Amino acid sequence: MTTLLEKTEDHTLAQAAPGAEPAPAQKAGAELLLDALEEQGVEVIFGYPGGAVLPIYDALHQRETIRHVMARHEQGAVHAAEGYARSSGKVGVVLVTSGPGATNAVTGLTDALLDSIPLVCITGQVARGLIGTDAFQECDTIGITRACTKHNYLVGAAHGLPAIVHEAFHVARNGRPGPVLIDIPKDVQFEKADYVTRRVARQRNCIVTPPVRSSEIEQVVELMRQARRPVFYTGGGVINAGVEASAALRALARETGFPVTSTLMGLGAFPASDPQWLGMLGMHGSFEANNAMHGCDLMIAVGARFDDRVTGRLDAFSPGSRKIQVDIDPSSVNKIVKVDSSIIGDAGIILEALLTQWRARESIAPTNPSRLSEWTAQIQTWRGKNSFAFETSDTVIKPQFAIERLYQMTRGKDVYVTTEVGQHQMWAAQHFHFDDPNRWMTSGGLGTMGYGLPAAIGVQVAHPDALVIDIAGDASVQMMMQEMSTAIQHDLPVKIFILNNEYLGMVRQWQELLHDGRYSHTYSESLPDFVKLAEAYGGVGLRVEKPDELDGAIKEMIAIDKPVIFDCRVSAEENVFPMIPSGAAHNQMLFGGVFTGDEVSKEGRVQV
Amino acid sequence: MENASVYPVQQEEAAVAESILAVIVDNEPGVLSRVIGLISARGYNIESLTVAEVDAEKHRSRITVVTRGTPQKIEQIKAQLGRLVPVRRVIDISEESDALTRELALVKIISTGDKRVEAMRLAEIFRARPLDTTHTSFIFEVTGARDKINAFLDLLKPLGLTEVSRTGVLSIRRGSEAE
Repeated sequence: MTTLLEKTEDHTLAQAAPGAEPAPAQKAGAELLLDALEEQGVEVIFGYPGGAVLPIYDALHQRETIRHVMARHEQGAVHAAEGYARSSGKVGVVLVTSGPGATNAVTGLTDALLDSIPLVCITGQVARGLIGTDAFQECDTIGITRACTKHNYLVGAAHGLPAIVHEAFHVARNGRPGPVLIDIPKDVQFEKADYVTRRVARQRNCIVTPPVRSSEIEQVVELMRQARRPVFYTGGGVINAGVEASAALRALARETGFPVTSTLMGLGAFPASDPQWLGMLGMHGSFEANNAMHGCDLMIAVGARFDDRVTGRLDAFSPGSRKIQVDIDPSSVNKIVKVDSSIIGDAGIILEALLTQWRARESIAPTNPSRLSEWTAQIQTWRGKNSFAFETSDTVIKPQFAIERLYQMTRGKDVYVTTEVGQHQMWAAQHFHFDDPNRWMTSGGLGTMGYGLPAAIGVQVAHPDALVIDIAGDASVQMMMQEMSTAIQHDLPVKIFILNNEYLGMVRQWQELLHDGRYSHTYSESLPDFVKLAEAYGGVGLRVEKPDELDGAIKEMIAIDKPVIFDCRVSAEENVFPMIPSGAAHNQMLFGGVFTGDEVSKEGRVQV
Repeated sequence: MENASVYPVQQEEAAVAESILAVIVDNEPGVLSRVIGLISARGYNIESLTVAEVDAEKHRSRITVVTRGTPQKIEQIKAQLGRLVPVRRVIDISEESDALTRELALVKIISTGDKRVEAMRLAEIFRARPLDTTHTSFIFEVTGARDKINAFLDLLKPLGLTEVSRTGVLSIRRGSEAE
């Protein structure tokens, strides 16, 4: 029979020789948990206390080694851990209580699952004897989070806890990263048991990455050598594979001369200042990126999963190309788009292998670089369209202009950007350019409004001296506004840059496009006074309404060593362009102007 | 008739086919929910399911699932099952020619006269064993491939078939090779 998957047998490393060390005293479950977290190198926990995690919080109180950042809502704690993880490459750790603590964390966990962010979330649970009795603050955390975590554990006894924590970290960070949840009943937290170190703990071989076969690498390099219209289509997987992967991508692109585009999640893996950079692709991507995808003869997808925001109409997606997919997750291959060949593995390792093989072949039989000249010239023509261009104004601030100024005014600074979800997110992706990985934190898969502020808090925790900006919308930011209090409490001077158009702008744009401009409930009525709101929290509020005041105010914002809410009043009716309407192909883009109502096909209307 | 809504009705997908998957898992709490939840989350019904521990020492269980779906979705399900932490191995039985599959069914017939005689005769043909009998009823035990049992039940329908209990499909590989 075909064995589709083969995971090797478990192995346990040899136990330390008996008598080598005196057996340490048994400890309570809460202490075992913190010991295991320490051994895993955890420095920060984002959390919110409650009844079912009191023993853990009590143990935490005695320790200097682990910092705890208290959020104001469990969802905020999870997003903060995501920001921390995404910007540092470490695993983010969350600690919340049972019942509502766990259910509030669900949105954050789902967000981390879809964007492949490594997290370990510890939830309290009612005591073992009470499970299933509808006890106070009880919920079926394992059942609820099964679909929104990579894996989850209900800890049955304290003696199993350390090994579970070690495995949880292994699962969270290896393979395609993701959130892992550990549900610990309260009585397990004070049950005594022995600690088990990471080295001695049972190691279940649960993440399988097959070795890269040299024949696959050779085959891909041959295709690359023959290609006349190649393109690299890179995604968040390159960021997840670490800075080495970004470095390998840059080297490979430089030596091959192939142009590079990226998904929203992959921005920064390839420098935006590079002449081979095509800009982001997809629904609001650049003209040159989408046309290159449509017209290429060889597509090399690296750590990208052919999301519907990227592909547009599937039966018209890149019709004339051979497609190669490099991904660490076998289930991502052939999921949406059938590819001609695939290599399963870590993006960095595979890109390096491709580079080595490319160099080896070039040294024997160099390819003629002029074979790409027609393609390069074509791309240059598309580039001339300048598809991110917008009309400027002397009287009102255009949101694109605000981002452009923010970008210019922050040059030379150590900048990290997070976003909420909506129009501002797309404008940020288009007009704020990234030259390095891990600098751009956004909710791509789940599209979680409210992500940006708590994520910025997590980023600031990981990078205390950096300039961390949450590019926000007036509607999104209110979904996690309470986290302002977290920023104040922990001296995290995040900058919340709100493009305030008094609308749920992206939804309004779709209503304009699909529903004849019937703006059903998308006007943000009764907005708070964001300046006063900032002051109420103990931060600083700034408001700008005229384009010529923008630079000065941004400068002022950067200079303030406190959380700032920057209320940037922008033109209300602006739409995000260019745009591939849903149900359309990559070469059917819209470029601003007034919608006529016929842009979206019947099939496209079903898609969101 | 033209659909008046701006949103059209979704088109039907590609042809669906039956698929039998054997999933070898670590026998731990919740593992069954993970496996079947993954399948049901994609909108596919599970037509039969069997699960039991098969190696007490290694705590391994074997789950056999019969489901229907488009080939692409079945491939997705197999790949995603492989990602589950407690899943050790996924075997696609329906892709194999050297796989043996068996199912056991208990069947209750309530009838009299000619129908009763005919039911008994069919039972002999299908090598079904009577487990219980009264003047007006039989309970048969029948073992075989899924198709054989389906055929047996179809024939019994007009003869007083009133109750069926089936184990679901089991599978193993022919020959001397081990998994």
